[in-house]
Amino acid sequence: MEKKTLVIGVIGADVHAVGNQILYHAFTDAGFNVINLGVMVSQEEFISAAIETNADAILVSSLYGQGELDCRGMREKCDEAGLDNILLYVGGNIVIGKQPFEEVEQRFKAMGFDRSFPPGTPPEVDIECLKEDLHIQ
Amino acid sequence: MNPVLLIDFGSTYTKVTAVDTDEAKLLGTASSYTTVQTDINNGLNSAIAKLEMMTGHIEYRERYAASSAAGGLRMLASGLVPELTAEAAKCASLGAGAKVLKTYAFELNEDDANEIRKIDPDIFLLVGGTDGGNSKCILHNAKVLAEIGGDFPIVIAGNRNAVRECERILAGREVHICENVMPKFGVLNIAPAQQVIREVFLKKIVRAKGLTEASELISGIMMPTPSAVMAAMKLLAEGTEKQSGIGELIAVDVGGATTDIYSVSDGMPDDPRTMMKGLPEPYIKRTVEGDIGMRYSIRGIVDSAGIKTIAELAGLTVERTEELIERFAEHTDLLPDSDETKALDEALACMAVRIAVTRHAGRIEETYNMCGTAYVQTGKNLMNIDRIVITGGSLIHTEHTEHIASFALYDEKDPTSLKPKKASVLVDRKYIIAAMGLLSEHYPEAAFTIMKEELVNNVIAK
Repeated sequence: MEKKTLVIGVIGADVHAVGNQILYHAFTDAGFNVINLGVMVSQEEFISAAIETNADAILVSSLYGQGELDCRGMREKCDEAGLDNILLYVGGNIVIGKQPFEEVEQRFKAMGFDRSFPPGTPPEVDIECLKEDLHIQ
Repeated sequence: MNPVLLIDFGSTYTKVTAVDTDEAKLLGTASSYTTVQTDINNGLNSAIAKLEMMTGHIEYRERYAASSAAGGLRMLASGLVPELTAEAAKCASLGAGAKVLKTYAFELNEDDANEIRKIDPDIFLLVGGTDGGNSKCILHNAKVLAEIGGDFPIVIAGNRNAVRECERILAGREVHICENVMPKFGVLNIAPAQQVIREVFLKKIVRAKGLTEASELISGIMMPTPSAVMAAMKLLAEGTEKQSGIGELIAVDVGGATTDIYSVSDGMPDDPRTMMKGLPEPYIKRTVEGDIGMRYSIRGIVDSAGIKTIAELAGLTVERTEELIERFAEHTDLLPDSDETKALDEALACMAVRIAVTRHAGRIEETYNMCGTAYVQTGKNLMNIDRIVITGGSLIHTEHTEHIASFALYDEKDPTSLKPKKASVLVDRKYIIAAMGLLSEHYPEAAFTIMKEELVNNVIAK
């Protein structure tokens, strides 16, 4: 079947490049067509890349604690850009301090992110979720 | 002796340049008014007659021509996202030597359709979507173009999964399909589209613009004048098989209606840790500022630089500057004839150079994060370029070319703009660059030697 296209990157002023590379390789090996935008990616760059490549999902990473601020309004911008119902994931150290992840997940859900992943999530978990959400056998 | 004639059909002048390729020598140059509306041969013949008054009669073995007559190669382009495929489309068209009247992004609407019909371009470049990516937009735009009618050729260089469908939608139209200008996300692939644009230009446009009468006399390579300039700049920078080039450079051409900037440079950051953002830049990049020119676009210079700055630079009062600018805007053929108008023209040229080079050059931003300072570069880094080539009527005849060219340099008041730190200036006094670009197709060694003789020997050390 046709490869599903993912847009990945590290949002905001964040320069953590290692995890981003690991995800790139893991997703590519899992059979996805991966558009890796690297680090310091703005919401607009994620969205523009998803439009041109007709992406199936946008996966946002954030490791420096500012993720919540950086992700605010992203779903609305996707809607505005015509990326109707595109799958939105977020993962990493997405908030500051030790907060119960259930609460964090709820907040990101309210912001329109379909799934959130806590620190230390192995890529296999994301891949399983992607397969489920994108109906890949 | 192997005499070759190079012809440049301009919008107001036909310029001829005679060279001997065996000796790699410039024999002479001359120019005359272009008369493309009536018969292009009149302008050409009178230019040749003028030339022969200097050189005596010459039997030319070969004749080559470039043209920017009748508005040049007028193009429109459409892409998807403004900063991505629409920008790539613009980049491809400019690099093919076209005059890009407008670039559309996203789906064309009714107003766009009416505008396109009215503009009736020489070529329309239709792109959008990476290969396997979005196809909705390009298909929609193909439908709009089909409904517009007209007979302008359409070059399709978008998502490869959609181009054949576009061709079917545009059945009955002249359509040329080539590789995607952005096959993968963030990868710029503009050479194939440029090649096709050039072929269409040769086949159709040259004929339509009344250049066929002259073309009997011409042995080959008709190209848009800006393409010839690009070829010349590439040759000068890179050199030939036998001679080494002068290295990376920028070229500045301030005209009456537009200001063109060319850079031959990879434009990479000095510090390898600097991050690059945005579309990759072509090695030979051409930008055209449609709002910056010495006469037709004089208002654009004022809007961008401010009347006070121009007045100050010219040493005139704001009121007097306004008056003179008004006069220049109305009488576009006016040449500076007094100290006042000379000073104003010079100030305008300085600002035109600064604005256009600043728009052409990339920028670097400093950002702070938890890991310390990070640098992000967008566009080309031109800081290490140490040669500026000056061409175009408005600059090559002024007395203070060096002063004007210095406005292309790095400016402490605008520290994020990556303009050259210091450079020597090469002035195209005899206006031969486009001719040498033409010559370089068959005689690169001669073209390079002549350029080095005529340009490099005019080095004004800064």
